[in-house]
Amino acid sequence: MNPARKRTVRLVVALSAAVILASALIYTSFSAASPTVTPSQLVREAVPGHAYQLTGKVKPGSVRHEDQTLYFSIQDRAGGAAVPLSYTGEVPGPFREGREVIVTVEKQGTRYVGQQDSLITKCPSKYKETPSQTTSS
Amino acid sequence: MGAVVAVLTLILLAVVIAVVSRPLFTAHTPRDPSELDDSQAPARSELEVAREAKYREIRDTELDYRTGKLSTEDYDAVNGALRAEAVEILDRLDALDGEREEPDAE
Amino acid sequence: MALLGGACLVLALGVCAYGICASIYGVRAHRPEFSESGRRSVYALAGILTVAFLVLELAFLRNDFSFNTVADTSSTTTPTFYRAAAVWSSQEGSLLLWAWLLSLWSSLVLFLTRKRMREVSAYATAILLGFGGFFISLMIFYATPFATTNPAPADGVGLDPLLRHPSMMIHPPMLYSGYTLCIVPLAFGMGALLARKVDAEWIRATRRFAFAAWLFLGVGIMLGARWSYSELGWGGYWGWDAVENASLMPWLTGTAFLHSLMIQEKRGMLKVWNVSLVLATGTLAIMGTFLVRSGVLSSIHAFGGATLGVPFVVLIGVLVIGSIYLVSSRREMLRSEHRLDSLLSRESVFLANNLVLVGLCFVIFWGTYFPLISEALTGHESSVGPPWFDRYTVPLALVLVLLSGIGPVIAWRKATFANARRNFMAPVLAALITLTVLLLAGVSAGKPFAIAMFCCAAFVLGSVGQEYWRGVRVRRAIAGEPVPTALVALVKRNRRRYGGYIVHIGIAVLFVGVAASSSFQHVSELSLSPGQSTKVGAYGVRYVRPIATITSQSDKAHTGATMSLGAVLDVSKAGKHVATLSPSEGFYDSGDPSEGSVSHLIGGQAVSHVSMNSGVTRDVWSAIAPDISTPRLQRIMTIANRTIPYIRPDEGMIALAVLEREYLKAPPPAQFKLIVSPLVLWIWIGGGIVLGGSLIALWPAPSAVRRRVSVRARSRAARDLARA
Repeated sequence: MNPARKRTVRLVVALSAAVILASALIYTSFSAASPTVTPSQLVREAVPGHAYQLTGKVKPGSVRHEDQTLYFSIQDRAGGAAVPLSYTGEVPGPFREGREVIVTVEKQGTRYVGQQDSLITKCPSKYKETPSQTTSS
Repeated sequence: MGAVVAVLTLILLAVVIAVVSRPLFTAHTPRDPSELDDSQAPARSELEVAREAKYREIRDTELDYRTGKLSTEDYDAVNGALRAEAVEILDRLDALDGEREEPDAE
Repeated sequence: MALLGGACLVLALGVCAYGICASIYGVRAHRPEFSESGRRSVYALAGILTVAFLVLELAFLRNDFSFNTVADTSSTTTPTFYRAAAVWSSQEGSLLLWAWLLSLWSSLVLFLTRKRMREVSAYATAILLGFGGFFISLMIFYATPFATTNPAPADGVGLDPLLRHPSMMIHPPMLYSGYTLCIVPLAFGMGALLARKVDAEWIRATRRFAFAAWLFLGVGIMLGARWSYSELGWGGYWGWDAVENASLMPWLTGTAFLHSLMIQEKRGMLKVWNVSLVLATGTLAIMGTFLVRSGVLSSIHAFGGATLGVPFVVLIGVLVIGSIYLVSSRREMLRSEHRLDSLLSRESVFLANNLVLVGLCFVIFWGTYFPLISEALTGHESSVGPPWFDRYTVPLALVLVLLSGIGPVIAWRKATFANARRNFMAPVLAALITLTVLLLAGVSAGKPFAIAMFCCAAFVLGSVGQEYWRGVRVRRAIAGEPVPTALVALVKRNRRRYGGYIVHIGIAVLFVGVAASSSFQHVSELSLSPGQSTKVGAYGVRYVRPIATITSQSDKAHTGATMSLGAVLDVSKAGKHVATLSPSEGFYDSGDPSEGSVSHLIGGQAVSHVSMNSGVTRDVWSAIAPDISTPRLQRIMTIANRTIPYIRPDEGMIALAVLEREYLKAPPPAQFKLIVSPLVLWIWIGGGIVLGGSLIALWPAPSAVRRRVSVRARSRAARDLARA
């Protein structure tokens, strides 16, 4: 095989490998992903047995510890419908009422159960929109 | 307070204008010989950089040979090719020098 | 003073506008004095932004709460060091830091290249000023650091306690230096394409700044990982969070660029690839900057302030479209001068390494932006978690480490197959011995990837060790020096090669640490009362006694915690005492009277203080979440809230002292997280080795040495050819 042909073959092989790998990647990302929803969306769309990424604010007054389980409600950032859930596992330090959190939940029957250790609390907002900021901009 | 700020701002503005506009007013005097012939300067520095890179390649290949990565035949082949490329660059540099020297020689 | 700051911003914007016009006019109309003026605009910009930054910094140090930024992130009780660093903990302040750093690096690079690359520099100047102008406009129109409130509040909100850690204060400037430094090669890349001059000079100028960017980004990433591990309560160093990924991506493309640049230098190949990498690195840096501020992705670090999202999207769009246009319209000029001589060559290995790095970057990019991609394609937003990332990055990382061990053994241009085969024997042997030892020691236990990584690392160590051994032997044959002198001389004369080898060792060591600590970790989360013990891996941990401190008594870490509750843990192995750990949780003042006149003192952000014992073979890590919600303790707080007014915090402290005493007397069970992680220390050591190796590799040789070498080489070249 002359050098030019060798080079073309190499290129085709490399490109095909890249395309195959990329396709595998893309395919699995869609099947491995869990939808990100807000509480109001979750209430509307939740299918039992599916995992969802729930994001929202912890509703003030809703936090309760009982043995190893944490009970709290999450509501939309703008307020409104709150989703009560139970959660076991690690609770990040910054977790607090009014904080924005992300937790993976599953609907079991009529209740929502948080996946173990999936609770993430947003870093206390360094770039929060404070009243002073909004008036000056 | 407002007056102090205004004065400081004006001073800053003046300094900025002075710094930025200086080249526009001073005559463009060449500061080193390579600037005399501006069209040549880029070609020369380009060749010089290429020459350094080629020398480095020659040294790298020799080190490859001495640390046992190349057989003697392969080394001779690559080394010869590299040195030929190096001489080519040197020739081109000399040609540039020759062009420049001509006006003086006259 | 805020007015001065604001005036500086306006002046800076004007200078940017002028500089862009002057530079472009100067290069198009062949009027070098205008290009020169454009360059000086960059110097002027650096000066103006320095003044602006000083104004803001002074406001923080002087506790000038009329500045909104100061009031939002600092307070009279914030220690001076954190006050000074709080400048960049807000959106506005960090924008100013970004613009200021960009102006400094731009001034430096333009000063260093002032006598060369005139056309390329002129375009690069315009592009750099364009970026500066963008960030300054953001500040003027969206988020100004110099907004004031009149009358000024008496005190500020204070810095979030989670951020009161030295690494957290250095982490942003390091990362920003990395991001802004990525913009310089981008500007010079675009400038070179615009001036149609992608050549050896461009390579040499770009390399230094690409290296500096890579270095700072790497340090920033490592500091972030270290902070996460030693300060946050989850005990991990990498979570595939969007912002972590955003800083890793330009680092990966930067690494690829530094390698493939060598190929372009030697063979005139991969020009399209290299300019694309350089443009991609800069664009990824901008995307990283954008991710943190736009709230567009749900992640730990996604902050609100969605107003900044739109301008960034526009900028990124311009960058992507502009890059594609520039590269495709100049592709004739970017044709390769040569082709790969042979698949068995170091060039070939470098190319493979590039493909793996870009592949890694693509995987991480896809996973990070998947919420946006899935929303665009399916209408529903979904996200992928760490298991998905691990599934694809682990095999790629294995290949990467393996390649870094193959490269040193192969010669440039075209290696001799027989020699290569022989040279692989020692590294392969090292890998096989490692595999055997691990299997015999019963380590495997179903962790194939970790075993594979250990073997690959052994392969790298064998390969690099062999190279050093052979190199020293060569040196001694030439100069007859003793081994240590020969070693030093060898490295000094071949910095890039031997420094690079050290970097590869560092990477291998780092991955060994990562593999060991992720695959062989023991984690225990449980509730313990004093006297109780538990087993974590091979270690026994006993909760000896509780500890409690109140600020008035001691605040050694200057963390400003009102009260700190913790535990003394005794760690032992096979009955022998190993270490004493004292994790604690700090309770801070929330400043919110509605929580209760005394409760507010400990009602703020609770911060976990991790306690760990680091060792060469393992880390024992502990965190505690004490329970202060027991009826007994709550009763104390309720009574205190009722009887002590908000305005008497000193009396509130007395109440807390009662609480403290009660906690120590009858401590309720506390939640503990205990982790035994093997070889974590080697991650940090590996990072240090990478740093040291890269400094050696890219430290410029003193020019006297260079001249001597080149004169000698020239005369030899001429002589040899005269002979031939």
